[in-house]
Amino acid sequence: MSAKQQTSGLAMIELILFVLLVATAVVVARLRDLFAAVMLTGIFSLVSAGLFTLMDAVDVAFTEAAVGAGISTILMLGTLSLTARREEQQPVRLLPFLVVILVGGALIAGTVDMPAYGALEAPIHQHPMYNEFITGTEQKVHLPNVVTAVLASYRGYDTFGETTVVFAAAIGVFLVLGGRRKKSAKIDGGTP
Amino acid sequence: MSGLDPLAGVDSANGRRDPMRMQEKLVLRIVSKATVPFILLFALYVQFHGDFGPGGGFQAGVIFAAGLILYGVIFGLDMLERVAPPRVVEFGIALGILIYGGVGVVSLFLGHGDAPAGNFLDYNGLAHDPVHGQHLGILLVELGVGITVTAAMLAIFYMFAGRRMVERPEFGAPEEDQP
Repeated sequence: MSAKQQTSGLAMIELILFVLLVATAVVVARLRDLFAAVMLTGIFSLVSAGLFTLMDAVDVAFTEAAVGAGISTILMLGTLSLTARREEQQPVRLLPFLVVILVGGALIAGTVDMPAYGALEAPIHQHPMYNEFITGTEQKVHLPNVVTAVLASYRGYDTFGETTVVFAAAIGVFLVLGGRRKKSAKIDGGTP
Repeated sequence: MSGLDPLAGVDSANGRRDPMRMQEKLVLRIVSKATVPFILLFALYVQFHGDFGPGGGFQAGVIFAAGLILYGVIFGLDMLERVAPPRVVEFGIALGILIYGGVGVVSLFLGHGDAPAGNFLDYNGLAHDPVHGQHLGILLVELGVGITVTAAMLAIFYMFAGRRMVERPEFGAPEEDQP
């Protein structure tokens, strides 16, 4: 297989994944059955993870698959079992719809300015730190995975902050949902 | 045994959990029993191989928590609480941050070369050789991230799964799962 055939094959897979992504998003927005919607958001994350893998962003794909398709699906299902399975019919409101269209349009207009995917003249490849990260990781940190070196060493402060955010999120859930679970298992009854 | 697993259907008659629960589904039990150890092992691989391949503390923590949550969903919350007691989980949320910050503080006091003291989260002084110091620092820091993320995910799951069903008239009566 020639290099050109390979590229067009990859582009074909990317096109299929993007079509799947858009189709899933539209179906999720229109579904009234919340159980199916939660499952489809999991599939949405999995398709995004596939796209990230194709773009060589394996670490991001990893996170998307584990968090988006894994944990958040389970938490949504847990929430669902506390409420109802179906969304009630809501009247169509014009103003929120217009705001969504406007913001979405602005976001798409913003991407027009972006450099082409993989372009060498893109600002990230021209940045003075670019060489430091690539060669510095080799010499000073000596790790094959540049992403880990940048996250844990060069940007250690930021990752510390991110971990603190996870910590704060857990504390927030503690505060909102009222601390440790009461031992209510006995009252529940109905055990076989 | 409690009827607290979140994925079981809800009996609309009395607002309690459906007695037909995941624990009784044989295929799910066998398959999850076989796969959970491998999920946990894979999480450890992602944790400690993150320096060489894709992944790191965050991804490993999420995968580890997902493995444990799968166990809890299939075998019941009480069984999961015996494996990962809520007190330990709560402690773990803070322990990970403490490890991360601790590495930072230690590296603050350890200089390398001519410098008598280093900087916060500057791992060069952690070992006799700066490169080894970097390796050690990254390993410990990623471990801290992994512990906090695992514990936080489990704690959030406990919070959600431990809540009793409440009747919410504005959402309509809970429905039976359709087969």
